[in-house]
Formats: sequence, structure tokens, C-alpha cells
Amino acid sequence: MSSTVLLVGTRKGCFILESDADRRDWKLRGPYCDGWPVYHAVHDAESGAIYAAAASEWHGAGVWRSPDLGETWELSSEGFGFDEDKGLKLSKVSTLSAGHGRVLAGTEAAGVFESRDGGVTWSLVSTLDGQPNRELWNDPANQPPGHLGLSAILQHPDEASRYWVIVQGHGAFETTDDGSSWTPRNRGLRADWPIENPEVGYCVHKLVLAPDRTRMYQQNHVGMHRSDDAGQSWTEITEGLPSEFGFAAAAHPHDRDTFYVVPVDPGHGRVMHDGHASVWRTKDAGSSWQQLDKGLPHRDAHLGVLREGMAIDGYDSPGLYFGTSTGQVFASADEGDSWNEIASYLPSISSVEVAVLA
Amino acid sequence: MAELHLPTTLQPLFRELPRKLDVEAATVAEAIDRLDAQWPGLRDRLCEQGPALRPHIHVYVDRERAGLDTGLDERSRVDVIAAISGG
Repeated sequence: MSSTVLLVGTRKGCFILESDADRRDWKLRGPYCDGWPVYHAVHDAESGAIYAAAASEWHGAGVWRSPDLGETWELSSEGFGFDEDKGLKLSKVSTLSAGHGRVLAGTEAAGVFESRDGGVTWSLVSTLDGQPNRELWNDPANQPPGHLGLSAILQHPDEASRYWVIVQGHGAFETTDDGSSWTPRNRGLRADWPIENPEVGYCVHKLVLAPDRTRMYQQNHVGMHRSDDAGQSWTEITEGLPSEFGFAAAAHPHDRDTFYVVPVDPGHGRVMHDGHASVWRTKDAGSSWQQLDKGLPHRDAHLGVLREGMAIDGYDSPGLYFGTSTGQVFASADEGDSWNEIASYLPSISSVEVAVLA
Repeated sequence: MAELHLPTTLQPLFRELPRKLDVEAATVAEAIDRLDAQWPGLRDRLCEQGPALRPHIHVYVDRERAGLDTGLDERSRVDVIAAISGG
């Protein structure tokens, strides 16, 4: 029988939750990574290794790796850094993506790095030089802490040299030649602020790819959006949601029309509305939305969920998981129809990823 | 030999790294180089690009705040501190 493994990145290390294919009873292990702040932990299905992007306020940024599902861990930052003459400083490894025989890492300042030796050494792939307004990204006035890094990488499942990245505050970009060249993919997006160049200047929070490899969904700072041409153009699908703002999103692994989001208040709070925890689902590509809250707290639950804070597994009846800024993990084994709290007292959660192991 | 005192946060990262050890070095930078030769990667945990000490890593030589180019002598005491951060 297969097992289900959740990797939970938190402000105080990485935790692992394990269950079987039923996904009812869960066991928690951790913390790992010596309690370093972990921004994104992922499982590499090809090698079986876990990688955790981390940044210590004392000891800098790096990636922890475990070849044995968390039993042992090693940290490496070898190769993380920019040329001195670029004037860029690497303050954080924000995100990871494993596949096609490598691990890609997105950093702050904005850069893509890769490792082809299992996370022992890393090398710079691209800083997206030449993209519109790229020269402004390095302006210290445009780099408040926690902003304007490369916050997400989405690899194409079949095409090894093709992936999308998000640069915070600038938008989504696609490469089809392994980072040698890039194309902005922001056409049709909305911006409620002045835009100098219509190709960039958008605040993309999360990109996911539907199982047909053509449809994409996007949670943006201003609105939910759908693309039916792999990101070349976008259509807003916010209507019916309680907020245009949110971070987390997940695409159903078997149905291109089904997609999940966690709307939150757009102000300073950035938590779920009215203390009522909910995930929202569309089954018709954004034409209508359904509130999913069975088993979730309906009052006094001021929960935030970050960009990598929600995941979906690949079972026939997919399980959905999200982790909160207050340390709870909620799980659904029935596509979001009902939920259980499977961890209650973790540190603030940055990321949740799921792996199904044979 | 200068006497180095290291923060507890480094021990989990490097096998058999002691809290206190003696190092033959003329400067703080050289002392860190010696450590890095024995425990590869240790320099990156204390220094960032530049090179410069990381913002929350403070070094004191004989109880005076020091930098990478601060000189050491045979009897120097070097304290490497993981300064207040986090919460």
C-alpha cells in the first residue's frame, strides 16, 4: 500500500507528516533542518530526496537535503551567489522545484540556480537579464526586505527545458531553453497601479498548471486568472470569490476545470474572512465558485495561508492540504469536501508539499 | 595560537566542530579560512559576499569589536557571536 508524505516548511524547521493511502491518521516527525526557517520543502520523485530551502538570520541561505525521508540532513550553499560586479546580494533561497534530473532554486535577489548533483553544489542559471525593466530590480529602493525575489518556479512536467518563474512585483516569465532566454507571460493581467511597460509590473502570487499541460491558473495580488494557452494570455475569473487577494492555489491533477484557492483579506491582516476558514473550489474553470468549509473552524479562526501553503496529491480521489500562519495543518481526503485538522501546534507554516510513495 | 570561541548554532552543521579551539592565524579572516579548510562551508556560514561578516555575526578580539582584517597575536581570544536575531 502506498504512503502519503507531507513536507511542512515552517519558521522553525521542516516537519514531516505521514499517513497511508486512506489519509485519515497522520504521524508527525520533526523539526528538521536544525530549526532553520524553511521557506519551501519539496520531494524529488526521481531520487526520493527531500530538499528544503532555508535562510538563517545568522548563517545565511542554503538548501538542506535528506536522501532518506528526513532521517539525515546536510546543508549546502556551495555555488549560491552572484558575480561581485552585478551588485546583487543573495539573502534567501525562496523556492525549489525538482524534476528532469535536477533541482531548481529561486532566490532573493532574483535568480535561478540549479543543482545536478543532488543538492551538493549549485550554479547560477539566470538572473533574467534583458527582461523589461530588469535594470530597476537591483535598485535598493525597489528591494524592501521580503520582496522582489524570484518566488516560484513551475517546471513543465514533460519538457525539461521549459519552465515558468515568478518575480515578485514584476510578473511571470517563461523559458523554453533552460533559462537562456525568457518571455514575459503577463498579457491580460490587471494592475491597480501605474504600469510603465505593459509587459511587466504585475504582482503574480502563484501559478499552477492543469493536467492538460495547457491550462494555467493564477492567484494574483489583484484577482484570480485563467490561461487557456499556457500563460500566453490571461482572463480574470475572480467573480464569485469573497476576495480578489490570496496566495495559495492548487490545480486538480485529473480535471482541467477544477481548481482551488484560499482567498484572504488584502489588507494588513491577510487572513481568511470573518474568522471563517474556507477553501474555495471551481469545477467549471472559474465560471462559479464553491465554498468548502466542512470540518474547518467557522468562527474565531484568523488563518493565513502563504504561496506554497497548499498542496494536492495525485490519488484518484485527490487529497488537499493546507498549512497556516498559526501552525495548523488541515487535510481533506475527498477533494476538499470535508476537512480534518492533522497538526495543531507547529510554528508558522511557509509551505506544504505532498508526495505519494509506492 | 589564537583561542577561538564559536557559537552553538554552528555545531549541528559541521561534524565534530568544537565550541573552542586554537588556531594559528594573523587575522580574523585567516582564522576563518583555517576553519573552512577543515570544515568546508564554514566560511559561508560566517561571511557573505564581499567578503564581509554576516550582519548578525559579531566578532570580538580580546573583547573589542573586530572585523575580518583585525589582527591576531599568539594570545588573542576571539569570540564569534550569533547576535540577537529571530524570536
